[in-house]
This record gives sequence, structure tokens and C-alpha cells, in this order.
Amino acid sequence: MYTEKVMDHFMHPRNVGEIENASGVGTVGNAKCGDIMRIYLDIDENQVVRDAKFKTFGCGAAIATSSMATEMIIGKTIQEALEVTNKAVMEALGGLPPVKVHCSLLAEQAVHAALWDYAKKNNIVIEGLKPPVNDVDELDHDGEEE
Amino acid sequence: MIYLDNAATTRLSETAFEAMRPYMMDQFANPAGTYSFAAGAAAAVEKAREQLAAVIGAKSSEIFFTSGGTESDNWALKGVMQANAAKGKHLITSAIEHHAILHSAEALKKQGYDVTILPVDGDGTVDLDALEKAIRPDTVLISVMAANNEIGTLEPLERIGEIAHAHGVLFHTDAVQAFCHVPLDVERMHIDLLSASGHKFHGPKGVGLLYVRKGVKIAPFMDGGAQEKKRRAGTTNVPGIVGMAAAATEAAAHMDEIAKKEIAVRDHLIERIEKEIPHAKLNGHRTQRLPGNVNFCFRFIEGESMLMLLDDSGVCASSGSACTSGSLDPSHVLLAIGLPHEIAHGSLRLTLSEETTLADADYVVDTLKGIIERLRSMSPLYEDFVRHGGR
Repeated sequence: MYTEKVMDHFMHPRNVGEIENASGVGTVGNAKCGDIMRIYLDIDENQVVRDAKFKTFGCGAAIATSSMATEMIIGKTIQEALEVTNKAVMEALGGLPPVKVHCSLLAEQAVHAALWDYAKKNNIVIEGLKPPVNDVDELDHDGEEE
Repeated sequence: MIYLDNAATTRLSETAFEAMRPYMMDQFANPAGTYSFAAGAAAAVEKAREQLAAVIGAKSSEIFFTSGGTESDNWALKGVMQANAAKGKHLITSAIEHHAILHSAEALKKQGYDVTILPVDGDGTVDLDALEKAIRPDTVLISVMAANNEIGTLEPLERIGEIAHAHGVLFHTDAVQAFCHVPLDVERMHIDLLSASGHKFHGPKGVGLLYVRKGVKIAPFMDGGAQEKKRRAGTTNVPGIVGMAAAATEAAAHMDEIAKKEIAVRDHLIERIEKEIPHAKLNGHRTQRLPGNVNFCFRFIEGESMLMLLDDSGVCASSGSACTSGSLDPSHVLLAIGLPHEIAHGSLRLTLSEETTLADADYVVDTLKGIIERLRSMSPLYEDFVRHGGR
């Protein structure tokens, strides 16, 4: 059901881990639905993503999209990173089964949440960046909606 | 390859295969034919009916052949409720039934029937007090499975049957996982209807049966020809039926011996997993359990990724995670035994056959340890757990 690219990124995920004193961290998803993604960004003084790491709780597609998304934003400016869409991640993976499209959306949201965290910490505004949706750190866990 | 998904399907036994062969080749006749060429096929079907009836202490005239467990379950519920509508429209079943039962009950509800879903305890055993209280004057049928397909828990059929009959209510059991794996007796257990499926005990796919106690009113489910005493139309699946009976006869003759062998491997798996993998929880009843079923939840990880890595190591297993259930929710069985969603997503089911060895079990545990460690090292839930001092 998965492409060779997806299997490759699942079996050999790139950029797994944490970044200490990261420039920005974003965690999105919901354990109830079975997917949580956390992305760490190290952003240099020129606003270029020097490094990105991830941790993901989820299915094969969730892990593969996290891996691909981090791969795609490293070396990009924050503005360019913002423009890496879920569609681009999916295309880079050679496609995902329809039921797994939400995994790629989660990867996009995780990158945005990490950028938002970076912007907040540095008191800057990233043009076009909206407040994170689906951010578990911002959610009241007892008040989760069904 | 180590195949540990025998609850999904089993390998066809050599004996069953050999028994089927002539009815696909030389004796291909439709048993409904009037010529003498059809007599051999017709006789084989009747012999199969006797063999299968013997497994559960029924009469051969009470066995009706179907296309499998799903049809048998659909037929039992819809056929009995429809035929007994004069008595009432109330059906009782349990929260952990197979979808063939739960979705049939849903369909009946849409047609104006009333359905009570019984809760189960943490082991997956049906609450008998709730059952007793749920029975009403208009209750027609109680349907509770013999053994659960995910967590392996064996239900107290004899007690359920007693309660049903004390109240004049019919009792159906979905015995798809139990038939030929644990002893079943329709008299002792007061069973009025029982579903079974050939491919769960080394018979062929696409064939099953419904036992219907003599005198029980049931409407036909398939309309058409006069096969199965006008109760189930459709050309008789002669090779399937003969193969199912051969597999059943073989399995029933060695039931105790096979169960002992499987239980030894099952308990070895359970013991090693509990001892060697932290944050693992056994699902289902510890002793009142199918001989070949092992089901665990591993915290902080998700089932599908576990299955993919097991597959990469040559192990076929299954999970009740959302990703494998095709919806956003994990298995209804794991939720019914009280597991929170995030834990239910990390379930693993290993179902054995008599071919599974202790060495297979050791390989699986050794492999699984590495897989779980690897997935936890990637899990933000585990990271948070460790950060918060392992709480």
C-alpha cells in the first residue's frame, strides 16, 4: 500500500531526535487519533533552517512524512520552509494512500507550529504564518473535543 | 516467515485439500441433479453435515451451510428477528462482538428493532447481571460470541444459555473463533444457533455453517432455489463443505492435544513479553482465553508501525490501531474493555497455530523488543513520559 519512497523513509527515517535549546518546537496531533508529531528547528541568524529533528507517534505514513518534511526544510529560509506544503511532501514521497493524507497535513502543521514558536520567542512576525492548529501544547487536554 | 495471524485465516490442511479435490474434478456434479452422477456429491455433503454436527453435539438436520461466518451471523440475527417479530422486536448482544454481528444489529435497529448492547469487564467477559436485567418480555434473541477474535476471551456460554432459556429467549453464539479450538456443546450450553467458518480451523475460505436448533423459527436470508431445505438458496459449495468437514474432523480429533501445544507457546510468549518489555499490558482474560491468542498493548507507540517493522523481520501479525481498522478510532473491543484511545492504538495481536514453535515465539519476542525500543525512541509521548520522571 505504500510507495518505495515511503517505505524507505519509514525504515530509515532521517532526522529523528531532539535539538537542545531549539529555536522553535512544535507538537501537533492527538494521541486519541493515533498521531502526534513534534518538530524541532535550529534556525540561524540569517533565518535559515540549519537543522530539523522530529519525533513521531504514529503509523508508517506519519513517520515517513515527518522524515520527508524535515529533510525538505533543512537549508531553507523560514519563508521557504513555510511554503513546503503537505502536497509537496506527499509528492516527494511518491504519493500516499487516501486514508493517510492527513499524516502529510500533520507534518505541514508541525513545521508551522515550530515556526510559530520560533517567531514568538524572537518576537517577529513571519508573513503568511497562521497560529498553529492542532497544537497539543496549546490544547486543554481535558477539554479535547470528540 | 513466521505466520502469527491465524485468527484472520489459517493454512488449508493437506487432508482437507485432498478431500476437496475429487469434488472439483471428477465429481463436479451439482448435488441437486436427479441423475446418478449427482448422488456422490449429494452423499458427500450429507456426510459432511454429520461430521460437523458431531463437533458440537448437534443433529445433522440442524446444520445449514453458508458462505462463511459473516453470512451465518447476518442470517442468525436478521432471520430470527424477522421470523419472531410477533413475539417482540428486542435483541441483546455485547459490545465486543464482531462487526458481522454489530453491523447486523445496527441494520436491524434502522428497521425498527430495539437493540441492547451489553458491557464487558476489563477482561472482556460479558456482564451477566446486565444480561439478566436487559431481558424484557419482548426479547427474542441474545447473541454473545463464544470467543473474542481480538483479545481471545472465552465467554461463559453455559451461564448465558441458562439465563436465556430461563427467560424463554433464544441464544445465538458467534463461534467463528472457537469452533474446533475449544469444546462446544449445544445441549450443555443451551445454544439455539451457532455460527462457524471453515477457514478458521484449516478448512477452505468461502464456506461456513449455521447451526439452527430444531423448532427455532428463522426466515431465509438468501432467496432462490430449494437448497438447504429451502432455508438457504444457492448452489451447494460441495468442495468447500467437504473440505470444511475434513478439517473439522481432523481438528476436533486432536483438539486437546493441539490446545495444550498452543497454550504452552502462548503462555511462553506472554511470560517473556511481560518480563522483558516494560509498559506492556496483556489484553483479554489470562486463563479463560483461546489457546492461540496473545494480545498486548505497548504504551507510547502505534500499532501499524509496529506491524510494518515486524513484517520487515518476517513476522505476520495484526493490530487494533486506527490505521489498521480503517477509521480514526482504534478497535471497539479494546475501547469496550476500558482502554484509553492512545493505549488502544498500540495493540498487537499474535495468533498461533499448532505449527508455531517455542523457537518462533523466542524469535518474535527478541525482534519485538528491538522494534518497541526503536519506536519509543522516536515517540514524543515516550519523550514526555521520560521527561516527567516516568509518570
